[in-house]
Amino acid sequence: MDPQHLNLIYLIIAAAVATFLTRVGGYILITQMKQIPPRLEAALNAVPAAVLTTLVAPAFVYGGLDVTIAMFIAFAIALGLNLSTLRMLVIGWVVVMVIRHLVM
Amino acid sequence: MKKDEFWEGVRGGFPIMLAASPFGALFGALAVDNGFTIADAVFMSATVYAGASQMVGIELFGNHVQPWLVVLSVFAVNFRHVLYSASIAKYVRHFTFGQKFLAFFLLVDPQYAETEKRGERGLPITFSWYLGFGLVIYIPWIINTLVGAIFGQMIGDPKAIGLDVLLPVYFMGLVMGFRKRDRFLPIVAVSGLASVAGMHFVGSPWHVSIGALAGIVLAALLPPSNQAPAPTGIEKEA
Repeated sequence: MDPQHLNLIYLIIAAAVATFLTRVGGYILITQMKQIPPRLEAALNAVPAAVLTTLVAPAFVYGGLDVTIAMFIAFAIALGLNLSTLRMLVIGWVVVMVIRHLVM
Repeated sequence: MKKDEFWEGVRGGFPIMLAASPFGALFGALAVDNGFTIADAVFMSATVYAGASQMVGIELFGNHVQPWLVVLSVFAVNFRHVLYSASIAKYVRHFTFGQKFLAFFLLVDPQYAETEKRGERGLPITFSWYLGFGLVIYIPWIINTLVGAIFGQMIGDPKAIGLDVLLPVYFMGLVMGFRKRDRFLPIVAVSGLASVAGMHFVGSPWHVSIGALAGIVLAALLPPSNQAPAPTGIEKEA
């Protein structure tokens, strides 16, 4: 195995260990700590939305006009009809395929 | 091991397995598209076993983000599990050490939700039930990754069949899943603007840490609200 591929394997193992730590961490903490400070809790609560947004916003702005339009339509319809993530994916995909193969 | 309870768990987890299957296949296809081999993709599904964070991981890896930041992002996306394991602690205390180890490894969103629901109803949370529920989601997750990865390797140009739009839309769906949380809009607005600015002025992959940090710091600085934050599930698909 070449060193670069070996690095990927190490990366996956590190990600697996990190994930396991989150899954066991709460159990360990709850038996140690009485209360989490409110500001820390607010910060922790914000982590997923804050991280995930950084993967969405640049794609929306720099992903190309077809991707921007597809994301916007998928967002609007999914929000309006309260659709699941899977349905939203299908809408985004259909829009981008229509633009790429029928319009452009 | 009690057979009845094991199969009761399997039946309970079955619909969730069906719902999660497309995401397993999608992960496999996108992982290959981002430079993974089929074996890498399967290995990641079998060891990390957390759909959203796996998608984040391959996206960042594909963008040649520094390894420590990839691991940190996976950790951040999975951080909600800390709340889960704290919350179900009271139900799994009677498990042996080895059973706890396995149980926490399998603690995906629906596993948490179902354990909590069952515990609240006063039904017994046995290891047999927990394992049945967990395995019927875990094993197909790996198989679906394999199928998706094989399919992904046959695709020449991912753009021609629209694969490139799926990850951003998927992440957008995940973000929307948090919209009931405290101060959702200001956090998303600040993180979004900061990440775009970071992309523009500093460049990828730093936009991820810049944007995330901006939203998290904002959440910590805003005056505390009375609304009790609930450990809401990020999404229901593994």
